[in-house]
Amino acid sequence: MFYSLYLSFTASSLLSPPQWIGVENYRRMFADPIFYRSLGNTAYYALLGVPLGMILSLGLALLLDAKVRGQQVFRTLFFLPSVTNTVALSLLWLWLLNPEFGLINTALEAIGIEGPLWLQSEAWSKPALVLMSLWTVGGQVVICLAALQGVPQELTEAASLDGAGPVKRFFAITLPMISPALLFNLIMGLVGALQVFTQAFVMTGGVQPGSEGGPNQSTLFIVLYIYKKAFQEYDMGYASALAWALFVIITLCTWLAWKFSKSRVHYEGGSA
Amino acid sequence: MNFVGKSMGFGRVLRISLIYAALIGLGALFSFPVIWMVSSSLHTLPEVFAQPYQWIPDALQWQNYARAVTILPVPRFLWNTIVITAPVMVATVLSSALVAYGFARFRFPGRDMLFSLCLATMMLPGQVTMIPLYIMFAKLGWVDTYLPLIVPALFGSPFYIFLLRQFFMAIPRDSEEAALIDGASRLRIWWSIILPQARPALATVLIFTFIGTWNDFFGPLLYINSPEKATLTLGLNLMKTQVLGSGVVEWNVLMAASLLVLLPNVILFFLAQKHFIKGISMGASK
Repeated sequence: MFYSLYLSFTASSLLSPPQWIGVENYRRMFADPIFYRSLGNTAYYALLGVPLGMILSLGLALLLDAKVRGQQVFRTLFFLPSVTNTVALSLLWLWLLNPEFGLINTALEAIGIEGPLWLQSEAWSKPALVLMSLWTVGGQVVICLAALQGVPQELTEAASLDGAGPVKRFFAITLPMISPALLFNLIMGLVGALQVFTQAFVMTGGVQPGSEGGPNQSTLFIVLYIYKKAFQEYDMGYASALAWALFVIITLCTWLAWKFSKSRVHYEGGSA
Repeated sequence: MNFVGKSMGFGRVLRISLIYAALIGLGALFSFPVIWMVSSSLHTLPEVFAQPYQWIPDALQWQNYARAVTILPVPRFLWNTIVITAPVMVATVLSSALVAYGFARFRFPGRDMLFSLCLATMMLPGQVTMIPLYIMFAKLGWVDTYLPLIVPALFGSPFYIFLLRQFFMAIPRDSEEAALIDGASRLRIWWSIILPQARPALATVLIFTFIGTWNDFFGPLLYINSPEKATLTLGLNLMKTQVLGSGVVEWNVLMAASLLVLLPNVILFFLAQKHFIKGISMGASK
């Protein structure tokens, strides 16, 4: 880890020993338009995907918690996509999102909408990846569901005796009671979204030399950029600086989420 | 309560119906991609592109699967994956359990700090360490071998260490103390008293390690250069590049290959669904 920090202050390739160049890598980073492009892409993906994922997983968990028959079957259905192989699923989605023959655009056409070009379009490539991420939201559903099942029945019953309707009960009791699980999902979702790599690599042509990471670099996420610099151009020093920037961003986001939610998250049996 | 229940009779039925409708609708949305995947993999290529699409083909094209395993040496990839996954599973579970036992039962100065440090590494994104690690393995001459993928497992994994430590702490010390008096070594106690009692937790660790290693893409992508050394996941990506590069993309064969790679995961999932759910919920409650 410290070696990585040291490397980020050097000009280093695999062949030659690292050379100390001070903050040059960082200066170069702040002047690098592609770095900003990859940051913007990553932020877009996280800001769109993480809230949607949280809402969807909470919704699904609430439905599952309604104690209907076949709960297990549905849980399996929602959960299964999230425990499988990302490369295989990326290929499936590449085919689903095929503009001409894919299931998604065929279905859209059936209801009279002309589907976008998805991964081949600069505007739709990131939403396409977000759509895929929503499909693999199962882990979050399981976490939400476990938290929901931990909400004591007496509390909700007492509240309904006091005349609180379902909406009020949800906001006054359920939501605060499961807030630790939601915080966990938020942080894990953020950390995951900031490190998104495999889907983009497989689905948008990756970063083969010459390829730019999706149409007009629209899916060049920060980890993709690090990979490209480190393992295709062997610019290890600069890649280390990028990795450190990502590390700082992740830590900052986690810390912010933590701080922001501190007063809003309820921990049973003690203050946060 | 009774009164409330009666007056809500109609509302209740409506509510339950709405929940079912939503569950079935969303369930369909979640399962359609997979059904379509299976369906695509059993069509001939012209049928795959036919409009309107016929969900069930006239004849099931099993030869797509045969083609999927011969287009690239899939059996070879399978063997490579096993050669990596098996030692990683054994090494991870044993080393994590040993370290966890140390943290759970031994008192030594700095233990708690060391444990916190161990947990802190869990928060570190892999991208920060991957470059120095790569340089280190490159200097050792390990690039394009399986060693960088296997050897780190010998040092345990912080998340599993944490998980197992929690489990070990809950095991009563009585039989351990009796064994100590009888002169058994700590290592022996760990092996024949602690481990058997921790089977469910060890199973969770084994399953998650399997899933993580079997499906790992980033590791093999970094360290394996020779196509004949590729794992299944890496091989699938190679196949993608090859198939997409050809004139007419054989989506049916690609879907067949993807399904074959997914299959062990799905089987394991159905065999051990409880472990998955537990492992994930445990992760969240820490």
